[in-house]
Amino acid sequence: MIDRPARKYGGLTLPGTRIPDVGRRPSYTVEAEEGILGNCGLMGVCDEAGERMSGELAVRSMASMHDRGNGLGGGFAGYGIYPEHPDHYAFHMMYADEDARQDTEFYLARQFAIDHEEPIPTRAVRGIQDEPLLHRYFCRVDAERLQETQLSEADYVVHAFMDINSGIDGAFVASAGRNMGAFKGVGFPEEIGEFYRLDEYAGWTWTGHGRFPTNTPGWWGGAHPFCLLDYSIVHNGEISSYGINKRYLESHGYQLTLRTDTEVVTYLFDLMLRRHELPVEIACRALAAPFWKDIDLMAADDKEFYTALRTVYGPGLLNGPFAVVLGMADGMVALNDRIKLRPLVAARDGNRVYVASEESAIREICPKPEKSWMPRAGEPVIARLRGAAFGAAPQSVPAEVN
Amino acid sequence: MAEVTFTRPEFRVRIDKELCQQCGRCAHQCGWGVHKMDEETGYPVPDSSKCGACHRCVTFCPAQAILVEKNPLAYKGSDSFSPELRKAVWRQAETGGVLLAGMGNDKPYLRIFDHLLLDACQVTNPSIDPLREPMELRTFLGRKPDKVEVEYVPDGDGVKPKLKTEMDRLLQIETPIVFGGMSYGSVSLNVHRSLAMAAKELGTLMNTGEGGLHADLQPYQDNIVVQCASGRFGVHADYLNAGCAVEIKIGQGAKPGIGGHLPGEKINEEVSVTRMIPQGTDALSPAPHHDIYSIEDLRQLIYALKEATGYKPVSVKIAAVHNVAAIASGVVRAGADIVYLDGFRGGTGAAPTVIRDHVGIPIELAISVVDQRLRDEGIRNRASVIAAGGIRSSADVAKAIALGADACAIGSALLVALGCHLCQKCHTGSCSWGICTQKPELTRRLDPEWGAERIVNLVTAWSHEIAEILGALGVNAVESLRGSHERLRSLGLDQQTQEILGVKPAGIGH
Repeated sequence: MIDRPARKYGGLTLPGTRIPDVGRRPSYTVEAEEGILGNCGLMGVCDEAGERMSGELAVRSMASMHDRGNGLGGGFAGYGIYPEHPDHYAFHMMYADEDARQDTEFYLARQFAIDHEEPIPTRAVRGIQDEPLLHRYFCRVDAERLQETQLSEADYVVHAFMDINSGIDGAFVASAGRNMGAFKGVGFPEEIGEFYRLDEYAGWTWTGHGRFPTNTPGWWGGAHPFCLLDYSIVHNGEISSYGINKRYLESHGYQLTLRTDTEVVTYLFDLMLRRHELPVEIACRALAAPFWKDIDLMAADDKEFYTALRTVYGPGLLNGPFAVVLGMADGMVALNDRIKLRPLVAARDGNRVYVASEESAIREICPKPEKSWMPRAGEPVIARLRGAAFGAAPQSVPAEVN
Repeated sequence: MAEVTFTRPEFRVRIDKELCQQCGRCAHQCGWGVHKMDEETGYPVPDSSKCGACHRCVTFCPAQAILVEKNPLAYKGSDSFSPELRKAVWRQAETGGVLLAGMGNDKPYLRIFDHLLLDACQVTNPSIDPLREPMELRTFLGRKPDKVEVEYVPDGDGVKPKLKTEMDRLLQIETPIVFGGMSYGSVSLNVHRSLAMAAKELGTLMNTGEGGLHADLQPYQDNIVVQCASGRFGVHADYLNAGCAVEIKIGQGAKPGIGGHLPGEKINEEVSVTRMIPQGTDALSPAPHHDIYSIEDLRQLIYALKEATGYKPVSVKIAAVHNVAAIASGVVRAGADIVYLDGFRGGTGAAPTVIRDHVGIPIELAISVVDQRLRDEGIRNRASVIAAGGIRSSADVAKAIALGADACAIGSALLVALGCHLCQKCHTGSCSWGICTQKPELTRRLDPEWGAERIVNLVTAWSHEIAEILGALGVNAVESLRGSHERLRSLGLDQQTQEILGVKPAGIGH
């Protein structure tokens, strides 16, 4: 690492402040002049017993939905993939050039104890080109440093994540969670999977995504999944309520720099699950809220609860067509919009819960599931690693029931 | 020279004698006495100088024999010293008085709503058909916590979530349109009856204005906001508890910083009883509340009213003035559950014309800066924002909500639905439509059931239109439009105004 005293960042920046501009490189944090619209394919699989599966499974499933993407973006998230560093924040970085790498490494070294770093292993694949520099860092938060900032460890990491994405041109954090990582780029998902050598990883949860952006050039950072801490989101659809969701998050201190609606989905889950400590099934009911006509028919105490949830989280209501899969440290959640304007199918076989845009993508990797079903609009499918408490919920409800 | 006036009539009233049936209805209908029947000829002889172009006579003439036209009298042209300004000088030179006017600012300032355009979905995200899918306009006004806390309770074999957070009382309205405060005294009891009946049927709120609540309206209390203004007319413990919320009126968009004056002629027996003042005396509302000279004083009154009402929501109505964002922030921090912003086009029964036409700022700007300020301070959930003062259509409502309002209040539009023709002579107390008058022969012209039906029709129609707008925007709940500047674009606004509004120019995508 090169020490460059001329560019001191002065430690962790305060919320809302920016790192000084470090150069005139092509920005990696602004998606494009125009927003991203499009159709997509997605999948997720979670083994509730924590048995790990090869990443090849997710790649094969996505490959069957080749036509749902147009080769301008594909990606995967795997959980449980770094058993040798389970408690480190694994920063998966994308760099436009060496300068961006040096700036970021200087910054990371100031903020974290880096116990291991390496280029992310890749192999040459026909169709994958113009890849950025890909590097990963296994970081610990220094206890003393944390105390100085008076932040929680999670907030500390979030600040670092936002600082790099909004402050260092040419640098982009693909993911920064523990025992997980995002592998994404421009290409069809099966090409991306091959490029990142996902067959060499094993994880208990995998999510995958193929993009069909309609009016922008593909961009490595803009591929899904989109991550924050241990959360990863793959998303098919468009959030028509993006404008108010963004302002709502900004008033809670989030910096939204990517101009992509997937970003708001990720941050809304972070706000509700981590900062407001809502159980995930309740967060889903706030994001894809039941209709008033249904709430009106509920028993008095349920009506009171759902009325409060809707009135308080109205600005966070996700409106518009979407299917999303949220990967988490202890499970996976799939959710449709309130009137199911995008496809989502689910299945279970033994301990494994599968979700995908198309049933064929599930049957590709699990030909005869015990059960498959079409989740109803706004009703989450929740897979939980055995023993996972999932927020405040005292009792796990099987994925099929939710 | 003493009797000579230089101001010539604004309108000319003509009777077509070939059509006229000499029935005398015009003379009967006109509250200002424009038409006098000539005993010899049997035809009406109009006095154009009294005409306000309210069309009452035109509407009720069975022969369609009446023509009201603009007086074409030519004035020597001057862009600077318009005929209106010259007439004002003449009238003041004659009387030495402050000129009064009714209704809202009618001057040709920039109408920002008319320079804002809404978005719609095409291809990549589907629009939603409100005739086939649920489309939710229901809105809750009041203080909301920042987050919801949950606990799980046993439910049969399993558990279910239960609300742990204690919620403040919220006002549920079925459409984001409420009625602005219009006092009994300035408008007739039949107007109040129409509003109360309509509010109940629509599931929304009427507002008493500052003149108290007539005993006949007790059955409608779940849909009535009672106002407590500087004159404290008709304010007592039972009154405060007679509604679902209390509003402290600090200011009004039509006359920011100015008190009110209801002339003694309008204080008949019933108004006198309701307002708790002697019959025939002028009802003077002071400019400030004489117990509110600072934000701390406001806080005391807010909590006094909450104590008196068992913690019903308290709304604070302020006029949109230059420093509105900071004032609104202070009002929210003082404990208000609702901030009611009244823009400079808001209506009134009577205001000094100079104030009505030259003081305050447009509601569009006020909504945007207040909403942004409350968000910046992290207190947006603590209070709802009602926008009023110049809301003329469902498009205005949708745009106001997109700028950040929780709901809109309408007043002038309601009176127009009841027959008001915006003649702006409310202060004369002789409204031929029976709206802004207490004369029994005039007030009885407004049948409350007919009036309620007209208002229900109007608000229902607007609500359908808002549902259509939401559907085109691809969202099925009004909260997904609320504060979403992203769904607005400006056309023909200067850059600074766009920045204040937080709206991009048309032609720019996401």
